[in-house]
Amino acid sequence: MNNVDRILVKVRNLKKYFPETGGLILRSANDVKAVDDVSFDIYEQETLGLVGETGCGKTTVGRTMLHLYQPTAGRIFFNDVDLSALGERELRNIRRKMQMIFQDPYASLDPRMTIGSIVRAPLDVHTDQSRKEKRDRVQDLLDMVGLNPDFVNRYPHEFSGGQRQRIGIARALALNPDFVVCDEPISSLDVSIQAQVVNLLEELQKRLGLTYLFIAHDLSMVRHISNRMAVMYLGKIVELADRDEIFLNSLHPYTQALMSAVPVPDPDLAESKERIILDGDIPNPSNPPQGCNFNTRCPIAKEICFQDEPLYKEVKEKHWVACHLVE
Amino acid sequence: MKPLLEIRDLETRFYTQDGEVKAVNGVSYTMDAGEILGVVGESGCGKSVHALSMMQLIPDPPGKITNGEVWLDGRDLLRLDENQMQKVRGREIAMIFQDPMTSLNPVYTVGFQISEAIMLHTDMTKNEARDRAGELLELVGIPGAIERLDDYPHQFSGGMRQRAMIAMGLSCEPKLLIADEPTTALDVTIQAQIIDLVKKLQSELGMAIMWITHDLGVVAELAQIINVMYAGSIIERGSVHSIYKETKHPYTIGLLGSLPRLDDAPGTELTSIPGLPPDLLALPEGCPFAARCGYRIDKCFVEKPKLVKVNGKDHSVACWRWEEISGLT
Repeated sequence: MNNVDRILVKVRNLKKYFPETGGLILRSANDVKAVDDVSFDIYEQETLGLVGETGCGKTTVGRTMLHLYQPTAGRIFFNDVDLSALGERELRNIRRKMQMIFQDPYASLDPRMTIGSIVRAPLDVHTDQSRKEKRDRVQDLLDMVGLNPDFVNRYPHEFSGGQRQRIGIARALALNPDFVVCDEPISSLDVSIQAQVVNLLEELQKRLGLTYLFIAHDLSMVRHISNRMAVMYLGKIVELADRDEIFLNSLHPYTQALMSAVPVPDPDLAESKERIILDGDIPNPSNPPQGCNFNTRCPIAKEICFQDEPLYKEVKEKHWVACHLVE
Repeated sequence: MKPLLEIRDLETRFYTQDGEVKAVNGVSYTMDAGEILGVVGESGCGKSVHALSMMQLIPDPPGKITNGEVWLDGRDLLRLDENQMQKVRGREIAMIFQDPMTSLNPVYTVGFQISEAIMLHTDMTKNEARDRAGELLELVGIPGAIERLDDYPHQFSGGMRQRAMIAMGLSCEPKLLIADEPTTALDVTIQAQIIDLVKKLQSELGMAIMWITHDLGVVAELAQIINVMYAGSIIERGSVHSIYKETKHPYTIGLLGSLPRLDDAPGTELTSIPGLPPDLLALPEGCPFAARCGYRIDKCFVEKPKLVKVNGKDHSVACWRWEEISGLT
């Protein structure tokens, strides 16, 4: 798929801290380190899967990459342009090429707008097309995502979850973007509908040459759609590699536990599968443990893991890990 | 051996402003003591409503159980009055729910809530019940169980709250534990902990478990028998092995096909099921899946197929064409 191997998006040392205020006079307490020093590349026309559990910062990474959140530190390059160096108008221009599909198809569509005007909104903001051009474009877009173009005058409540997600996809594609952040686009959908939406995303990628960051917590679906995968834990990427490498030769103990915890819809495989059950819960991100932040649950933690933070390094070709115990 | 539970022709309706919602449409099956049953289906298929109906927990109005019998220990639960039913709930059949935050009361301590359930169903004193609650929390693997009895629900994490709910469910040693999507709100590593715990508790205590879920992965490793539900009916039922390996119903085939498998090659397309589940306000005549089914014939739109045994084995399917279809796949 990505025969060119050209880097489209480059993220370097990205940090996003949210100030946590407490007490009567709102004095600032610890920051919540939602994203803490994350670096990775996304190649043109590939899908990078980003997985992790609740609160690990995966959604914040996606939003900060589009500068929907102002990063606390770090840089994001899109086509070698540093987004943090851009003014508001230039940023808005470049955003045409970077779009987002949101998780909740109920909250992300304005209930008082018709789906025609929802899908047309980006065209109104960013282009000076004539009314007819826009109308044709909206019809094409609806057709492209598998909705009847005659539905333009209907309202979101008339559609099911899967259909609403298609509307969200049509809106994201209105301006012919190069890069789309898909933030848990299928988590709120039923199983049989999930497959419809994933197939659509894959088909559109092939047809339009899109690059995706696919954020999800459903590992088997991420494996299905991704070329490479990154695993996050408490604001950091702990491992990144080709998807088969991640599934077959994962090196980080957290990735291994996460993979083994995925339920398999096959009773024979489920029985033969070796499970690593982690103790305890995910620590509070405003007060992460000293040293490696996985040390409270890691089954193989050594002394060094409680003292120093492990470096995120390339241990094999294209396989990055942050763990003291991986050579 | 007599079954622990027998459900016959259960039918539940909701009467709303928009009309009659046919939520459960003639569900019949039996469960043995100590059996782990998985009830699988998508939202609105009636999997939760059928369990709530069994417990007479359907709000009436708008809901009403319009037909059926639920036999437990020689008694039809649907004929019991509220007083008698309260003795069954918690004591003989206990239920745990999806969202452990809303099913625990935020203004009482966890210990109080568990001992309250115990005192309601046994003649233990307050102190005995508290000790028992401590034992139960320990049983479900909460570290420092005795000290944590005085914690409030918000001091527990999601996984711990679900453990506390399980402790409460087990407090009176029920014969049947109904778990309604108990791990859906949890992360995978926490879900693995809970499944591991439930398996362990089941083998120690021997109660029957009904595990309601939309996740075909979870029940594959937990359940012995699976009921697949669609639009308020069981459309396929059988042992775990027969459901996953000798799948007969086109809906189950489609559902399994729409899951990505860990061994599929890059770029393989998922076989999604076209269309949407039917509107329960206007359930079509005939087979509820017909409109989305690739194997449908005219008969499917006219007459609803009954659940029939496949080759005399413990595997049944409700489809007019199952024999032809199993020859095709």
